[in-house]
Amino acid sequence: MYKPNDLILRTTSSLIAFILLGFAVYLLLAGHNSPGGGFVGGLMTSGAILLMNMSYGADVVKKVLPIDFTKLIPIGLAIAVGTGVGSFLFKAPFLSQTYDYYTFPIFGKIELATAMIFDIGVYLTVVGVMMTIILTIANDQD
Amino acid sequence: MTDLLTTTEQILHVVVIICFIGIAISLALLLYRVIAGPTQPDRAVALDTIGINLMGLAGLMAIFIVTTKLNDVILLIGILAFLGTLAIAKYLEKGVIIDRDLD
Repeated sequence: MYKPNDLILRTTSSLIAFILLGFAVYLLLAGHNSPGGGFVGGLMTSGAILLMNMSYGADVVKKVLPIDFTKLIPIGLAIAVGTGVGSFLFKAPFLSQTYDYYTFPIFGKIELATAMIFDIGVYLTVVGVMMTIILTIANDQD
Repeated sequence: MTDLLTTTEQILHVVVIICFIGIAISLALLLYRVIAGPTQPDRAVALDTIGINLMGLAGLMAIFIVTTKLNDVILLIGILAFLGTLAIAKYLEKGVIIDRDLD
């Protein structure tokens, strides 16, 4: 069978995938007062995994990253709903949020909000849904 | 000095609006190519070029409403357009985008 020459793609995609994952984490953490958030972060992470899938093949990525992506959907939804239900423990209405300022050794004084945990739930759900859709369509060829 | 500043701001405003019109014409022509393209690769390459035009449009919008918040958006559109270009190239060369095993 005809074999394409994709040496440049294979060499650079291992570097580009790390840059994409770093940008995804930046978007996830920046998404409170500026553009970003859990949805775009999850989309960028699935873009990085899709890039690895396109350049190395589905079998290699399944060996490197042995995650069942369908299990990420209920985990993410449980985290997101648990953040909303957890506000009942403090006699507050559903989905109410709070924040406070903490001081860390390296980063200094930063703001931590409970909306961050909700964003992480959205992130896991989006990664699960996107990778499930893409891999289901890709495995449909025979 | 203030006169010079206002004059350059007006020139910038006019130039940005002219660039908006140019990109709009380009998008209309590309949309025609997407709808009426004779073959499938024509449509694929036209969709890819629409992504590049969207990057330019977001950059011009960041100049028009003076803000730096849109820089992340431009980077994001660029990354997604890169992935799209990669998928189009693999589709045109092999016919499959994600294959089971490469070797």
